[in-house]
Amino acid sequence: MSERSERTTSRYTEFYPELYRSPISIFWWLERRSYLLFVLRELSSLFVAWSVVYLLLFINAVRQGDAQYREFLDWAASPWLLVLNLVSLVFVTFHAVTWFNLTPQAMAVRLRGRRVPRSWIAGSAYLGWIVVSAFVAWLLVGA
Amino acid sequence: MADRITLQVTRYRPEQEAEPSVQEYEVPLHKDWAVLDGLNHVKDHLDGTLSYRWSCRMGICGSCGMTVNGEPKLTCATFLSDYAPGPVRVEPLRNFPVIRDLVVEITDFMTKLVKVKPWIVREEEKPLSDGEYLQTPAEMDEYKQFSMCINCMLCYSACPVYGLDPQFIGPAAIALAQRYNLDSRDEGSADRLDVLSEHEGVWACTFVGECTRACPKDVDPAGAIQRYKVTAAMESVKSFLMPRGDR
Amino acid sequence: MARRSPEPLVWLAFSAGGVASALLLPILLLLLAVAVPLGWVSPPDHDHLLAVVRHPITRLALFAGFALALVHAGHRLRYTLYDGLQIKHLKAQIAMLCYGTAAAGSVVAAYLLFIAV
Repeated sequence: MSERSERTTSRYTEFYPELYRSPISIFWWLERRSYLLFVLRELSSLFVAWSVVYLLLFINAVRQGDAQYREFLDWAASPWLLVLNLVSLVFVTFHAVTWFNLTPQAMAVRLRGRRVPRSWIAGSAYLGWIVVSAFVAWLLVGA
Repeated sequence: MADRITLQVTRYRPEQEAEPSVQEYEVPLHKDWAVLDGLNHVKDHLDGTLSYRWSCRMGICGSCGMTVNGEPKLTCATFLSDYAPGPVRVEPLRNFPVIRDLVVEITDFMTKLVKVKPWIVREEEKPLSDGEYLQTPAEMDEYKQFSMCINCMLCYSACPVYGLDPQFIGPAAIALAQRYNLDSRDEGSADRLDVLSEHEGVWACTFVGECTRACPKDVDPAGAIQRYKVTAAMESVKSFLMPRGDR
Repeated sequence: MARRSPEPLVWLAFSAGGVASALLLPILLLLLAVAVPLGWVSPPDHDHLLAVVRHPITRLALFAGFALALVHAGHRLRYTLYDGLQIKHLKAQIAMLCYGTAAAGSVVAAYLLFIAV
């Protein structure tokens, strides 16, 4: 019989021989599509943070004056920055879509005793998104 | 459809090897056979030394969970014909230590289950002479979905957080706690709050959602967890804003 | 009694930040980081932008949105570091790094929006 060398966390396993624990690879998230999408969703937070930084820089340029504002727009049009911002746009949109799709799962809403269908909850979230976006767009370029 | 299919089964015999290996068995492929039937054929006719758990063979006992072609499945509910022409890879349930062959150590889950007090907790039990506790269909509806859990642990196998950190209390334990928290007869929410709001309780969950995908009973543990996070957060706000008197 | 951990309140901020960033960031980036620099939309008039940003409601809304979005990002990154790099044993340092950065960013946003602008 092989000797028992492995300690386990549970006190009820003292009389079992070697439990085998398979190691988890650091690339565990590449093994399934759903895991990969999950990690990408989580990494969108990096681009959320960058977006905030970019917008603060934008506001800073605006408050300094018209010339600095124009200069900032030129800088924003430089190739690498554009690529970064395009990628950021994709990721923050991905964040928004996954967030709204998950919202119904986190809430059990009842109307007159019946569960509100998930599609209604997600639908209202998307509607809210459209309304807010339209308002912001109008505020910036429409008014 | 061919009439045979190959099962590639993980073997682990700790008395003779340090690591698992794979052994192939060719079994008949009947239209109505599940993976479990294939394993039973192996045990009965090909290799009696194969060890695995099973019981009801109809998806209610939760014993026969294994990893089939990389996915956590109940082997009694997974049909061989869906994998034709095969081969079909059968491994022990992932994220659990392996005792032997396809048998995993589940004590961790058992201890966690007890910690969440999965039973009706009341200050005072009604005397029998007062009759039954009454519950409307709407009240039952609140927790019914979470009561469907058969403790098969496929959700633990699917959860990457549990795989990376076995201290995480896990999807089924939280879903079962919710089954009782949301039951109108229960008064034990505060008791469960302590266990669930530990750092390795609900807060370690990052809403991957794989648990819900793996669940054979549509319990939606991910939904139970997110809803509980809201409950626990509201409790925290309340205790923050209002002086904590007696419960 | 439940331990008075800040975790549930942090999670509330994370959730609020998730909603705020989902609602605001796509359109703001689309316009101000892509469409305007690329010339798809003509640049808004500078004085108009300044007036919008100086409005008290805008300042409050932007500050709340930015601060919550930063907490959201910090919280998510904290758990990504735990699970992705498997360094949960460095819990305290990671938490400090993530929320500290979020807090620092919020302070900068507050200065910019309430004092400098």
